[in-house]
Amino acid sequence: MNPKKVVALRGLISRFGDNLVLNGVDLDIMADDIVALVGGSGSGKTTLLRHIIGLHRPAAGEVFLFGEPLFAGNYLEQQVRRRRFGVLFQQGALFSAFNVRDNIAFPLRELKALEEEEIQALVAYKLAMVELEPEHALLMPAQLSGGMSRRVALARALALEPELLLLDEPTAGLDPDRSTSFVALVRRLHRQLGITVVLVTHDVSTLLALAGRVAVLADRRIVSAVSLEETMKLDHPFIQSFFQLFSKRG
Amino acid sequence: MKTPRLQFDPDGGLILAGAWTLRELTPHLGQIRRQLATVPIRSFWRLTKIERLDSFGAMLLWRGWRCNWPQNLEISEELRAIITAVAEKSGALLPRPVAFGLQGILIILGVILLSFFRQLVDFVTLFGRLWLDLFFLLSRPRQWPLKEISANFYKVGVQAMPVAALVGFLVGVVLSYLSAMQLRIFGAEALLVDILGLGIIRELGPVLLALLVAGRSGSAMTAQLGVMRVTEELDALAAMGISLSLRLLLPKVLALTLAMPLLVLWTSAVALLGGMVSAKIQLGMSYAFFFESLPQVVPVANLYIGLGKGAIFGLLIALVACHFGLRIRPNTESLAANTTASVVTAITLVILVNAVIAVAIRNIGMPL
Ligand SMILES: Nc1ncnc2c1ncn2[C@@H]1O[C@H](COP(=O)(O)OP(=O)(O)O)[C@@H](O)[C@H]1O
Ligand SMILES: [Mg+2]
Repeated sequence: MNPKKVVALRGLISRFGDNLVLNGVDLDIMADDIVALVGGSGSGKTTLLRHIIGLHRPAAGEVFLFGEPLFAGNYLEQQVRRRRFGVLFQQGALFSAFNVRDNIAFPLRELKALEEEEIQALVAYKLAMVELEPEHALLMPAQLSGGMSRRVALARALALEPELLLLDEPTAGLDPDRSTSFVALVRRLHRQLGITVVLVTHDVSTLLALAGRVAVLADRRIVSAVSLEETMKLDHPFIQSFFQLFSKRG
Repeated sequence: MKTPRLQFDPDGGLILAGAWTLRELTPHLGQIRRQLATVPIRSFWRLTKIERLDSFGAMLLWRGWRCNWPQNLEISEELRAIITAVAEKSGALLPRPVAFGLQGILIILGVILLSFFRQLVDFVTLFGRLWLDLFFLLSRPRQWPLKEISANFYKVGVQAMPVAALVGFLVGVVLSYLSAMQLRIFGAEALLVDILGLGIIRELGPVLLALLVAGRSGSAMTAQLGVMRVTEELDALAAMGISLSLRLLLPKVLALTLAMPLLVLWTSAVALLGGMVSAKIQLGMSYAFFFESLPQVVPVANLYIGLGKGAIFGLLIALVACHFGLRIRPNTESLAANTTASVVTAITLVILVNAVIAVAIRNIGMPL
């Protein structure tokens, strides 16, 4: 496997009982890519993401992460591999019993190598990075607005300096302003830190703001994975209807 | 070579090389921290061979420099930008939680006392609200949450029958076995029926069952309300104008209050059966004798006392469960704490109330 390939899916098949969700997904994501995964609601975007991070085992097919099979190696080796990516779950998935500071500090503390002062400095930096104020550090997740908790979840996903960042509908439920600024934030992080980004969305404006490669999930497989301009020229019913709104407006 | 390292130049300078990232640094952290601490900041720092620098590496360097730029520094613009960003932003002091002192102890004591009274008030309010709901329902028969009551009745009553029977039967067997051994010494085997009948019907049946139900149904009710709070289902119901107490709390309380006497009857019956089987095997006491003497030696008032206690315990358990369920805040810690509190409080209350009842009615239903 080429080590430059951060994620490689080969003939991935996934089912829940009788419900065949993914049927032969092939996808390559190269280092430094910024990929938008689009698809209708319920088309299996989240499921695909969960396969990439190893929360589901595929019924058939293979997942390679950083050039190695996802489930290769013993517990410690798998743990090292898992620390190389950060995930922002669809619902944020902040630890509700921890405040903002401890949520971000948690993965750092789990390394069991850092000193408390270093952790505090890193937490302060990550908070500033996602444009939150230091005063927010003591808030509990239940006290955060939707946009804020998205940012905290992003800061937590970035805590371990991941090489791969997976974002599941990070802009869903945000107003257009916030969602544009969130995407801008992600792009800036991508540029500055050289992180490979996979972003799930079914929101056209997010897609336009992201300006990367677009992987289209339809008919239970990836039907195309090319740049935005090329994607819009493709003749596929889902892609046509997906961009219809935009072309009307444009 | 990716390994992050400090190399000393022959001319007294210092070269930093390798990947200064969290992942690569972690295994060598102790050594690098020590080296950074010993190198004088006046040395000539060359950061030209660093392959990668992330914010952790930058933070480590910046702290190694005691938060100042070294005078003699050779660095690319790119790396300088990374370190500048970290230097500017990682210094922000995060607010700290208030430290704990003597004052803290006083505050906590006060909070405990106040929260006890507040909880008492809340509990009474809840009880009152349910009564108001009942009065409201009396004049509006169509509003009765019959489906909810029936579903709850099935969950707390019918589904509890197997485990109640198992526990009852085994306790009956053990009680009968141990008493028979003692009674045989005095040749008073016939008294076994008195002991079993009075003990199980009046005391053991209701109390045992209440403990079981508090652990089984009480905790489930509390946790359900709590998860509904966490997932904002309670808010969704309120937003639809649906009364929380009428649709969620009242059915639980009514169902458990109604189901408990029936469960008591069932548990006591099975426990007596266990005792009877054990007596037959150990003492050769015939089933017919057991059946005949039971109503003679145990006044029927005891049965009513048992059933009444069952209803009271059911009411208490459900009220306590709802009370703590509503106190849950939307986080997992609060969910766990209140579920525990619900079960512990319910069990304690049941035992307390049982003692009070025992004293209050000590003259009723005793065999002559
Ligand atoms: N845990 C699950 N159990 C059963 N079916 C599931 C589960 N998660 C997802 N599905 C099904 O898989 C399909 C894809 O879901 P999902 O990946 O969440 O879609 P989306 O593209 O909106 O993220 C849906 O049909 C959904 O019903
Ligand atoms: Mg989804």
